[in-house]
Amino acid sequence: MKLQRFKEIALDGTVRQNPTFRLVLGTCPTLALTTAAIKCLGMGAAVIFVLVFSNLIISLLRNVIPDKVRIPCFIVIIATFVTVVSMFIEAFLPSLYESLGMYLALIVVNCIILGRAESFASHNPVLDSVCDGLFMGIGFTLSLTLMGIVREVLGKGMLFGATLWNFKIEFFAKPAGAFLTYALFIAIFNVCYNAVERKLKHKAAHKAAVAEHQTESAVAITKEA
Amino acid sequence: MDVFAIIIAALFADNFVLSQFLGICPFLGVSKKISSAAGMGLAVTAVMVITCAVCYPIYTFLLAPLGLQYLNILVFILVIAALVQILEMVLKRFSPGLYSAMGIYLPLVTTNCAILGIAKIVTAVAASEAEAGYTLDVIFGKFVNIHMAMGYGEAVLSGLFYGLGFTLAIVLLAGLRIKADKLHVAKALKGFPITMLAACFMAMAFYVFTLI
Repeated sequence: MKLQRFKEIALDGTVRQNPTFRLVLGTCPTLALTTAAIKCLGMGAAVIFVLVFSNLIISLLRNVIPDKVRIPCFIVIIATFVTVVSMFIEAFLPSLYESLGMYLALIVVNCIILGRAESFASHNPVLDSVCDGLFMGIGFTLSLTLMGIVREVLGKGMLFGATLWNFKIEFFAKPAGAFLTYALFIAIFNVCYNAVERKLKHKAAHKAAVAEHQTESAVAITKEA
Repeated sequence: MDVFAIIIAALFADNFVLSQFLGICPFLGVSKKISSAAGMGLAVTAVMVITCAVCYPIYTFLLAPLGLQYLNILVFILVIAALVQILEMVLKRFSPGLYSAMGIYLPLVTTNCAILGIAKIVTAVAASEAEAGYTLDVIFGKFVNIHMAMGYGEAVLSGLFYGLGFTLAIVLLAGLRIKADKLHVAKALKGFPITMLAACFMAMAFYVFTLI
């Protein structure tokens, strides 16, 4: 895989098609688990594992799976890896298992994973698919953790379980606070994203104009000569 | 378990969308019009009842005696997918009117986490009963964890009323979105953010029921 392609996939997964803020997929765990930043990290790690391996297997089998029954096939593959990861966490990290509750099992129906299987892994080479899964997962984890930090600091006065101060706005730890935080995060992310994109486009247009001008003047000079 | 407690918890205090965050994707995605929201709500309710009616016996009489509880995710998701497929075919054949109202939403229901969630919840309660542990207050809201004795009838009933709670929330949100479309909002807030702000106020209203 070329470096350029790798860069593109990495940028797509983490920023341009950020699953949480740009695509607004996988909203259930985002709203439910961002009460504590540590839960977000745990959830993110589980999602990265499932996404990488389901993308790997689906990409390997992309020419074998018949088109008509592809969705049930994808779901069975995903459910297998979810079972693996939930058994692993239950055995080795019981406290995390308890705090994630049923959202761990619900990774099966997380639209990010089925969405990547359907739109990327089912018609792309293996290495590309694995990278896509990895960076989509990282984008998900980063955005979740960011929201988790904000909600935990504001709602509980804590950060990763350590108490910072006694001041807390309990609203942010409640369901309504989850919706408010998510709405504001999407709005802020989109404003920043659009501003950066406009600037980049402007820069590219400027560069193209300069290049055109240079060739034009070069042509004029050769004509004169 | 008190039937009235299930109804109040399922509809308001423990609403699937607004306090448990299950089924948010259709809640945000299919709530542009009241008619489509009602269709989606109906489809979810129907599938939830059937899921509870089928997954509960499968878990208690098949998986638990054989010690295969760890297979529950795989089994449930396959059973749900098959049930949705069968329901779609039956509706298409016998009730075209109902099919045109909710049929197109049925395939979407398969990957709705509310359905897998209700299957997990009713079987988790059944499992905890088998182990004589009656403290599942993490999963259920304030109303239900007082008497935790769930039989088959109650499992199906909670499927029905959690589904109706979902329908209530999604229809209310559709109404709010129609109003919000007429407002002048900042460009950055258009689309998802303003919908989520509407949901935020709804969640506040529903939260009051947990304080009773």
